Amino acid sequence: MKPAETEREIVVALVGNPNVGKSTLFNALTGLHQHTGNWPGKTVEVAQGTYRYKGRSYVLVDLPGTYSLLSQSEEERIAAEFLLSKKADCTLILGDATCLARNLTLALQVMQMTDHCVLCVNLLDEARRRHIDVDLRMLSNRLGVPVVGTSASRGAGLDHVKEAIRNMAEGFSVSHPLHVLEEGEAAYAGTAEHVSDRVATRFVHRAEEIASAVVQGDVVPRMGWLDRITLGRWSGRFLMVALLLLVFWLTMFGANIPSQWLEAAFAELGTLLARGARELSLPGWLSGILLDGAYETATQVVAVMLPPMAIFFPLFSLLEDLGYLPRAAFLMDHSFAKCGGCGKQVLTMAMGFGCNAAGVTGCRIIASPRERLIAILTNALVPCNGRFPAMIVLISLFFSQNGFLAAEILTAFVLLSVWMTLMASAVLSKTAVRKQSSHMVLEIPPFRKPRVGRILLRSLLDRTAKITARAISVAAPAGMVIWVLEHWEVGGASVLAHVAAALEPVGAFLGMSGVILAAFLLSFPANELLLPMVVTLLNGAAHLAEEAGSGLAALLFANGWTWKTALCTILFLMFHWPCATTCLTIRKETGSWRWTLVAMAVPTTIGMALCALVARI
Amino acid sequence: MGEITLSTLEVGKWGSVGEIALTGSIRRRLQELGFVRGTPVQSLYDAPSGSPRAFGIRGAVIALRRSDCAMISVTPWQREDI
Repeated sequence: MKPAETEREIVVALVGNPNVGKSTLFNALTGLHQHTGNWPGKTVEVAQGTYRYKGRSYVLVDLPGTYSLLSQSEEERIAAEFLLSKKADCTLILGDATCLARNLTLALQVMQMTDHCVLCVNLLDEARRRHIDVDLRMLSNRLGVPVVGTSASRGAGLDHVKEAIRNMAEGFSVSHPLHVLEEGEAAYAGTAEHVSDRVATRFVHRAEEIASAVVQGDVVPRMGWLDRITLGRWSGRFLMVALLLLVFWLTMFGANIPSQWLEAAFAELGTLLARGARELSLPGWLSGILLDGAYETATQVVAVMLPPMAIFFPLFSLLEDLGYLPRAAFLMDHSFAKCGGCGKQVLTMAMGFGCNAAGVTGCRIIASPRERLIAILTNALVPCNGRFPAMIVLISLFFSQNGFLAAEILTAFVLLSVWMTLMASAVLSKTAVRKQSSHMVLEIPPFRKPRVGRILLRSLLDRTAKITARAISVAAPAGMVIWVLEHWEVGGASVLAHVAAALEPVGAFLGMSGVILAAFLLSFPANELLLPMVVTLLNGAAHLAEEAGSGLAALLFANGWTWKTALCTILFLMFHWPCATTCLTIRKETGSWRWTLVAMAVPTTIGMALCALVARI
Repeated sequence: MGEITLSTLEVGKWGSVGEIALTGSIRRRLQELGFVRGTPVQSLYDAPSGSPRAFGIRGAVIALRRSDCAMISVTPWQREDI
């Protein structure tokens, strides 16, 4: 073997049904050596991780969880195309010992596409608890590929998996995978739409046949007390609302203190940077653009946004890992179905409370294209973490100083946003979004003990870090532009002041003012910027950072703010165009600027109508 | 007892899957999950509003909207413990 050959990384594709512990196994094998990347020619992100075993490097590619490779959903297409591209040296098929028949359907389809595969039967511990026994040796004989057993959550059997992969990739083990289809028939690959019903059922029947030979025991799912509580007629709904409120409460109140720390730390660093700029004797405009523009804006956004996200996303992942989220979708599906949506929209909506861009991406879990589009278009109707802080400040300044009452007012606004989501979904499904018959197939996995440590780390690294990075990349340049607009004087006033003056009639009509409307336009890069922007515009040259507290109240009252102004501002903050990041995400997910415009127009129309209404009262 | 559909299979009762009068990707998805002729299926619980309904099939719990359930015929078993 040539040295170059030894150095080459071995590519291993990981495929499996959803909910079989795919990500658990992925994490257990690769630890923290992970990143998401695009494979050439594909815009879809696939998680990859590396590990070393017996002197060689392995790249594990975590393909999306699918039930099959024959249907037309996005995930299945990605998985099938990757396997057909022959980029993988070995394919690791992950199955679940507690419902093996179904997993074997996928395994047989993979075996039809590639010879180099290993079947890993996971959740053996859970199966044992339920008195299910799987004869792995007989399974291997029947399938003609190596079979290993694991309990990935306890880390049991991982070495066997690595060894089996190594043997397969290096050509040490023989495999003669069972082919369900004959040579001629196998030409189906890639042309998924033309697969006849009969071909699909043959995989299913053969899987059933093999499973009944190798599995001993009762595979009937049982309803535990947790199922009864979370799915009960009243307890289920009550628990859902209570969990939602608990997550919000923990997010908002837990985030306050670290936010202040971050602000203080950034201010400290800012002073140091300013001193550095003076010593380098940078021209005033340059240090203005860089420090007062880019630095101030970006750090402001990070300080307000990072702590709530670092709390919200791990909590959300916890519920996800526990298996609770599909149950919420189960409870809510009927309400959403009546409005032309899907129960899974509850989940994307809940993610939207964290970040609308994340919520829009999350809409991929909705299979029906029509319901998915509705979920994307209405996602920005729920306020994200970037908007909550400003809502809370305005509520406490104008409506109630009492923390408990303020929380209730905030809850009322949240309920309004959920109701608006349902209403907008109903209107969209009858107008802009073409009506097709729609169905839902929802798997409800058993409750599983979440792996807390992993969740914290992964959701921090994946979601939080990614969104923060994106926000900085938008906020910093925006800060520069805003600084220029603010300091560029035309006819005795800054450009910004001219813009505000021009917007005054519209702003007044909507119960706000030209300044507030200008602030909304300028906070397009990130909603967090709204209040700092209002302050900047009212104060003239004042700093962005001087925001919260009594100073803000005095400033707003001095500029003629009433409770009506505050109410209109809150309403418009809840219902206006999504931020730039979300808009770009919508463009990416729908592949259309037209739908992106609709997604901007829907909330804006609602907001303008509500504000105009309030202003007339 | 003759054939009924999954939308009327009583909670707790077992049956054998019969014909699926659905087409397209939903039909394929259901087949992959085990909704093929002869598979034992148990009605487990309903959502508060009666839809969706959850079924135990091949070791997993799958929820379907009542309107889709009405398109899947099932032959109920006479005794509960077979």
